[in-house]
Amino acid sequence: MCLAIPVRVEEILGAETAIADIGGVRKEINIALISDLAVGDYVIMHVGYALNKIDPEEAERTLALFAELDELGQKESIEASQ
Amino acid sequence: MKYVDEYRDGQLAQEIAAKICAEAQPEREYNFMEFCGGHTHAIFRYGIPDLLPANVKMIHGPGCPVCVLPIPRLDAAIELAVTHEVILCSYGDMLRVPGSRKRSLLKAKAEGADVRMVYSCMDALRIAQENPDKEVVFFAIGFETTTPPTALVINQAKHLGLKNFSVYCNHVLTPAAISNILESPEVRELGILPLDGFIGPAHVSTVIGSQPYHYFADEYQKPVVIAGFEPLDVLQAILMLVRQINQGRAEVENEFARAVTYEGNPKAKQVVADTFELRRSFEWRGLGVVPYSALKIKQAFAEFDAEQRFTVDYLSTRENKACECGAILRGVKSPRDCSLFGDPCTPENPLGSCMVSSEGACAAYYSYGRFQERTFASDKSHPAA
Amino acid sequence: MSEKRRYTNTLDLRKGKVEMVHGSGGKAMAQLIDELFLSAFSNPWLEQMNDQACFDLPAGKVVMATDSHVISPLFFPGGDIGSLSVHGTVNDVAMSGAVPKYLSAGFILEEGYPLADLARIVQSMAAAAEEAGVAIVTGDTKVVERGKGDGCFITTTGVGVVPVGVSMGSDQVRVGDKILVSGSLGDHGVAIMSLRENLTFETTIESDSQALHDLVAAMVEVVPDIHCLRDPTRGGLSATLNEIAQHAQVGMQIHETEIPVKPQVKAACEFLGLDPLFVANEGKLVAFCPPDKAEQLLAAMRAHPKGHDAAIIGDVMEDELQFVQMKTAFGGNRMVDWINGEQLPRIC
Repeated sequence: MCLAIPVRVEEILGAETAIADIGGVRKEINIALISDLAVGDYVIMHVGYALNKIDPEEAERTLALFAELDELGQKESIEASQ
Repeated sequence: MKYVDEYRDGQLAQEIAAKICAEAQPEREYNFMEFCGGHTHAIFRYGIPDLLPANVKMIHGPGCPVCVLPIPRLDAAIELAVTHEVILCSYGDMLRVPGSRKRSLLKAKAEGADVRMVYSCMDALRIAQENPDKEVVFFAIGFETTTPPTALVINQAKHLGLKNFSVYCNHVLTPAAISNILESPEVRELGILPLDGFIGPAHVSTVIGSQPYHYFADEYQKPVVIAGFEPLDVLQAILMLVRQINQGRAEVENEFARAVTYEGNPKAKQVVADTFELRRSFEWRGLGVVPYSALKIKQAFAEFDAEQRFTVDYLSTRENKACECGAILRGVKSPRDCSLFGDPCTPENPLGSCMVSSEGACAAYYSYGRFQERTFASDKSHPAA
Repeated sequence: MSEKRRYTNTLDLRKGKVEMVHGSGGKAMAQLIDELFLSAFSNPWLEQMNDQACFDLPAGKVVMATDSHVISPLFFPGGDIGSLSVHGTVNDVAMSGAVPKYLSAGFILEEGYPLADLARIVQSMAAAAEEAGVAIVTGDTKVVERGKGDGCFITTTGVGVVPVGVSMGSDQVRVGDKILVSGSLGDHGVAIMSLRENLTFETTIESDSQALHDLVAAMVEVVPDIHCLRDPTRGGLSATLNEIAQHAQVGMQIHETEIPVKPQVKAACEFLGLDPLFVANEGKLVAFCPPDKAEQLLAAMRAHPKGHDAAIIGDVMEDELQFVQMKTAFGGNRMVDWINGEQLPRIC
């Protein structure tokens, strides 16, 4: 449930609203639930409301986890699964 | 799109899938439930079952707020539009869901009721401001992700002193539903549903945090991995669950660390706590009555509670006897176990809750995975069979 | 040229409104036709002011197509109901391989609709018709009471001729055919949705509404034995592929990585919960082509300004269940189902 998407904060209009950019589409969103927001931050947006900030370091860490390559182990596991 | 595309990389998908295949022990089965309807949708949309080994199976859970909304509550929303002649604002998801006597919000609109689709509850508030001489009701549904926006909108309505706006509240809670599944006879006693672990919801967890799931891991000894919505997130979470099972662990792990923290979003939790309180019990379509599983609007905001503003009658209804939605929502049966699946029950003609929403197990399977049927017919050992 | 009728006052195209009298067949209606439609569409057939148009056609099979246009809003980024109606019918005719030649245009106007807007629509139609090389040779005007219309409805019918040696249709589609699209998908639907009430977002996406007659001509010249052409309008690519699969009794396999979608369209679909495969297009076509001619056809399409983003997206396969399947960018396989109604934005 909960179709939500990461969007970039382009402009902060006040305590409650900001303009977000989603892949080139601009939309006004409500930021009342976020503290310490800055332009350039990414937030998860659901039905026009920002629910949480995305932590860029954790994002990188997760991507690194996906690509976690123990090269020898990887080769063995691919061979084993065939 | 940043933070989206990188998590859909096909090459990485193959690599993670290879790891799952390598690490899943061939002599045992792994049965994981993805609680959240959005995960069910992603699993089918990206063809994830194709990438998993035969002994790792996904069971589809009840985390679809559209699917679990009982018919009498939908009927009440239709009544508000038709009989009470309010401007009924609803998210797109609910518009085509059939209530009793084959009525729906969209059909009511066709017959003259003022039903309006909104993308956000703040649009409903705006409609109320633009139509001061009409009553406007917002049909609120959703799990904990969707509840904070509703709370904000109710508070704003109070702040603005609106006299014509109210919310028909059907917000439900994730931990209560997970408990219900884990407590069900099929899981607890009968062993019919071999459930080894959960993929925890993505966006619900950004609000409630990872903290509430520790209870399930500890009490029921089932691992929980909170996963993001993108397909790589789901695959990685499955890998993490396989590893936990292999290592005999039952912990809460957070794959969606880029958006989920231990405590979640305190501001969001606070505004929800200030605006709503628990209902003693709430009937879920498919799961039956679940205690302390849903929210109602607090007395302090009574004037914005549609159930207090209008008299709505709840007439009980009976589901189609052959409908297996209850079992499917609890993960005990799969869509193809239902004699109604595909004929006559289809997304165009949904007879039960699992078919009404695009992320219901039956609808997702019908729209994305139905072509595999011919493989099942001839090959009973197929992973998704 | 026929004599110009004289009217007491010229039409007030700035502040005037459509009135019931404009549809009643009398002098007021004649003036509306004369000063608005005739002056915009001017051509020898229309100027005859008959109830019908009489014309010759070159040799070949005659093709006729009709469309009713009820789009709302009437004006949108990249076009309006006028240009859309011309493009739509020109394209329907062109999808048979025919060269479109003549159009008729029937208007149902709502009492109170501003003449200034109607003039814009009519000018837009005239420009579209000229670009498409068609003449609007006959028409009709009716007015309904305020509240009983949506401003303006337009019905267009088009007539064209198929060049000798060309024969296209869904019954020509064969297993092994390659499936091509002429450009990015989803533009029109997203442009319209950005204007819908309660779905406000800013985007520079414009409707892709355009006439495809010249692209078709260029394609047919290079590959005269194209099996089938169709424009994926309402229901998107998915509806078109499923319709053809059912009719030709075949299956199809397409590749998500090959399907062109503009980044903004993809983004808008993401946050609304829509799938670009189901979103309407108004200036694109799908082609089914013998496999040995596919590369040639692709080159011809890409060489044309209206096909520069063309791509080969898949193949026609044997399948008694007539499923349309898609290999996802992710590596898995999924169905592209034929949905019942229009996709609605969702929160779940």
